[in-house]
Amino acid sequence: MKITEKPVAFYPEFERKSGPHKETTHYCPGCGHGNVHKMIAEAMVDLGINERTVFISPVGCSVFGYYYFDCGHMQAAHGRAPAVATGIKRANPEAIVISYQGDGDLAAIGTAETLHAANRGENITVFFVNNAIYGMTGGQMAPTTLIGQKTATTPRGRLEAQHGNPICMAEIIATLPATTYVERVAIGDSKHIMKARKAIRKALTNQVENRGYSFVEILSTCPTGWKMDGPDARDWLVEEMTKVFPLGVFKDESDHREGAWHRPVEPFAPAKRDAYLGAGEAEAKAEKLPLPAELHCKFAGFGGQGVLTLGLFLAQVGMRAGLHASWIPSYGPEMRGGTANCSVNLSERRIGSPLVDRPNLLVVMNQPSLEAFAGEVVEGGIVIVDTSVVENCPGLPGRRVVRIPATGIADEVGTPKVANVVLLGAICAATGAFPLAFVEQSLRETVKKKDLVDLNLAALRRGHEHVLGAV
Amino acid sequence: MNDSVQATAPFIEIDAELCKGCKLCIGVCPKGVIDISEKLNGSSYHPAYYLGRDCTGCALCFYACPEPAAIKVVKP
Repeated sequence: MKITEKPVAFYPEFERKSGPHKETTHYCPGCGHGNVHKMIAEAMVDLGINERTVFISPVGCSVFGYYYFDCGHMQAAHGRAPAVATGIKRANPEAIVISYQGDGDLAAIGTAETLHAANRGENITVFFVNNAIYGMTGGQMAPTTLIGQKTATTPRGRLEAQHGNPICMAEIIATLPATTYVERVAIGDSKHIMKARKAIRKALTNQVENRGYSFVEILSTCPTGWKMDGPDARDWLVEEMTKVFPLGVFKDESDHREGAWHRPVEPFAPAKRDAYLGAGEAEAKAEKLPLPAELHCKFAGFGGQGVLTLGLFLAQVGMRAGLHASWIPSYGPEMRGGTANCSVNLSERRIGSPLVDRPNLLVVMNQPSLEAFAGEVVEGGIVIVDTSVVENCPGLPGRRVVRIPATGIADEVGTPKVANVVLLGAICAATGAFPLAFVEQSLRETVKKKDLVDLNLAALRRGHEHVLGAV
Repeated sequence: MNDSVQATAPFIEIDAELCKGCKLCIGVCPKGVIDISEKLNGSSYHPAYYLGRDCTGCALCFYACPEPAAIKVVKP
């Protein structure tokens, strides 16, 4: 006896789905997504992969894959499913990763991710459900809309001169050398559907056998968006869509790619990461210096002045002291000349957010930064100002303002480039957070070019002295 | 349906409450043994129903149906 029924790779009940009907899909009557879902679920069971499948839900009608499939899920930003799939597959090579996308998602907003994942030959399976329209948002023109097809945004039909031509993704993908299998099928009549079923199984089998990137474009229907009933929509698909999107295999190298695209990755090893960052070493050596007070710092200036590096230096000093440290930069597109700032947190406790909205230490290297951030400094906080650059530095009630001509001092030491290190010395003196000798040792290990160590140490000491002398 | 019929003849079961009345199963059935009901189901659709004879168990209706659980095909 043979029973053909709902595959067990579907949840028995769709509990995540809102509303009362937990056994039906959210799809409109006659929608092709349900057919494709069914055939994927069936293939998952038959290949025995549902326990290791990760289904990437994109944006569009098909966003709710996680309502239905009893497997792993990850939701991706619109169009980014192939990028997310890449990450999951590379981190978990044993996972069977399905990137399930509609035409708006794959061929419009996600074109870049789609092409590059294909071009890298990622060992994933992409199911591209093409119904020639944006269904979920109300039937707007999609990149795959046919010439002359009426949609919400092309009420007189798509015009080639105005809107370009429907984009044939399968043909484009097939030109990329790293792809393994590219076919276009349809949810049209029964023959089409059974061919689609075969293609879906093949694309998944390819991934199981590590044969690389498989792409199945499935022409599907959107009866609601097309303003047709189910059977008329299937007829229109067969008669009109297949003229523009011819069915067939565009590329198939499945037979001689077995195992070729298996990309195992080394398991994540925190010790290795720490060694690379020098963090583990630091922790081992850490003297566990107590911190008088948590530091929430903002360092700001023009790009190129070294404010980001100053933040890094301080964060590294903190790490060497056995503290929790965070550093996060914020800068414009310019390498030099734009504005730049970074936030640094140093704490004896774990740091929740790397952002610093209310600093207790502000270091500014230009006038606009002083004006932008001075108001954010908490009462009792310290503001260190490079007076070589900042001409107008008024006092700030309730805050301690430390004025130091850091760039001028740096110039005297040898180069204005070490102004940030002069400021690091000033920070040590003004906050009392770290002994000078400890910071010197940290700097020796942090500065990459060893012939510049002495210059940096000189800058550090001058900054430190200047502030101590002024107190 | 009695036991002897179940044992020998293929048949389908359509869950009227899960059917959305899209009629795709009717179009693909080579024997024309599915029809649409005049009654409405709980979701206000006219569901499809099996005429009760001549099913070959080909399962084309199952694959044409977009709903996961609306149709079950039994082929003894």
